[in-house]
Amino acid sequence: MTQLFKPELVCPAGTPAGLRTAVDAGADAVYCGFQGPTNARNFPGLNFTVAEMAGAVSYAHDHGAKVLAAINSFPTAGRTELWKEAIDEAVSIGVDAVIVADIGMTQYLSKAHPGQRIHLSVQAGASSPEAINFYCRRFDIKRVVLPRILTVAEIKQVHDEIGCEIEAFVFGNIGMMAEGRCALTNYVTGQSTNMDGVCSPASHVHYEEDEDRNLKTRLGEFAIDCIACGEHAGYPTICKGRYNVSHKQEYYAFEEPVSLNLTRLLPDLMRAGVTALKIEGRQRSRAYVKAVVSAFRQAVDAYSEGGEPDISNLLALTEGSRETQGAFRSKTWR
Amino acid sequence: MTPQLTLGPVLYNWAPEHWRDFYFQVADEAPVDTVFLGEVVCSKRAALFDPYLEEVVARLENAGKKLVFSTLAEVTSTIDRRLVERVAASDEFFIEANDASALSYLDGRPHAIGPYMNVYNEDSLDFFAGNGARSICLPPEMPASGIAAMGRQAAELGLDLEVQVYGRIPLALSARCYHARAHDRTKDSCQFVCDKDPDGMVLNTLEGRAFLAVNGIQTQSYTCLNLANELDELGAFGISRFRVSPQSTGTVAVTKSFHALLNKELSPAEASAKLCEIGLDVPFSNGFYHQQSGFEWHA
Repeated sequence: MTQLFKPELVCPAGTPAGLRTAVDAGADAVYCGFQGPTNARNFPGLNFTVAEMAGAVSYAHDHGAKVLAAINSFPTAGRTELWKEAIDEAVSIGVDAVIVADIGMTQYLSKAHPGQRIHLSVQAGASSPEAINFYCRRFDIKRVVLPRILTVAEIKQVHDEIGCEIEAFVFGNIGMMAEGRCALTNYVTGQSTNMDGVCSPASHVHYEEDEDRNLKTRLGEFAIDCIACGEHAGYPTICKGRYNVSHKQEYYAFEEPVSLNLTRLLPDLMRAGVTALKIEGRQRSRAYVKAVVSAFRQAVDAYSEGGEPDISNLLALTEGSRETQGAFRSKTWR
Repeated sequence: MTPQLTLGPVLYNWAPEHWRDFYFQVADEAPVDTVFLGEVVCSKRAALFDPYLEEVVARLENAGKKLVFSTLAEVTSTIDRRLVERVAASDEFFIEANDASALSYLDGRPHAIGPYMNVYNEDSLDFFAGNGARSICLPPEMPASGIAAMGRQAAELGLDLEVQVYGRIPLALSARCYHARAHDRTKDSCQFVCDKDPDGMVLNTLEGRAFLAVNGIQTQSYTCLNLANELDELGAFGISRFRVSPQSTGTVAVTKSFHALLNKELSPAEASAKLCEIGLDVPFSNGFYHQQSGFEWHA
């Protein structure tokens, strides 16, 4: 195999300890957010204070890694100050890039902090060369995080037609809806994925066991699945639940409880011109982050040196739960 | 500022003749100022309506309707990109952009911004106004407090704001077609199976409760948005355009009820009673407006 361009490995950091774990395991860059609604993983017990983020930047920079600050939810009118303060703080701390989705906040960032490197978040949903180039022209974005809705062939086409780098998700939890374009959680719980950064909040998830020991899962008032004893189940979300339609019963209307694993497609993604490979999971444990990051570090290094890595340990990471290549492998997924 | 009633684009795969006849009836009877045309959900469907587009346009224009062409909400494939280019690059029509792809063709041209564009705050309004937008339809999950703040900023910028007041609520978009999936097909091999469900395919929970409606790659509410009770307050917030999203039954009658409500010929309660009688036979919802779960109804 010929040598391939070596992409940056972008890894999740939900906490300062998680960040050190990811950096030590070989991350080229870590992404993280401030506590509160300014980022799309607004989960209890997760994310960074300003002081912690500053510490994270020192630690990462001392170890040759970058820090990307995700400020990528959509502030509702009347409360944009919080997002602007977050952007100002991130810039003054010296993060390597700020990841934004809201077009108003993108404009604020580009005007208030010219020269600051801007990454367009997956939440912006820019999936075509035309859309991406629009952001490049207007805000001089340096990188787009592509929505998980394109095939590798389409990613290659996008790469050939745009004026910035591409970051693509390769591993982790995968929602079925296009990022930044889903109000299902808000429809059921009154908390918004776009405006509050929450998806299927644990506070609204309830389990009920019936007499046959089946576990009924509820989000708010709505039953979204019923899991038989011994059956595998992921974290309950509307888009991985089972439903009935008039001609079909108890089927996964959107997707089965699978997670994304593009290990087998890594060389194709590298050849398609992807600059950065992103691992999902700011809410995951340090042990998980360490295992996933180390395994990807080895695989990416081997591929870029023209080798054929042993990917069994990467494939084993999703063992026990089901995995998918999602939209990436072929259009037949659609 | 005279309030205007608008008719959103047909979001479903109706039989093309039925689609044509619907717009003929709109031209003849519906008291709406603006009519949005164009395929928003699936680029594969667009060609089905092409044979009737010219006569529909002529009929609506003769009736004095202002026409706006809406662009595709999600753009992935080459066919999607071509459709957006065909619509947005044409200077024949006023365009409503639903995705940043369309914006790339609209530099410097006056246009509208559609409800799929994620315009949540004053800074976004400011950007879009500077980019040539004349009117903006807000995302359906926006609560009253946010709408009020948007109204104040829009007035300063000279922008018209629009809010959907009736019809199933667009909730999510995906790369995958869930109509095709329900019939064991894929998006490419769908054989247009979404034509079976003129108001979307109802998804029920395992307990039998009607929950969502699938419309190709789009997921909508099962409930029908009804902001008749909130119309006055929306007007006070500075919202000047009220959008009715077409359903397969009673849509023209629905526009008449909202028109009567705007002209104070009906009270909100009377209007809702009428809508209940003539419109989609499902529960109403207005939860998003009241910053509650979207499916809820606050009478």
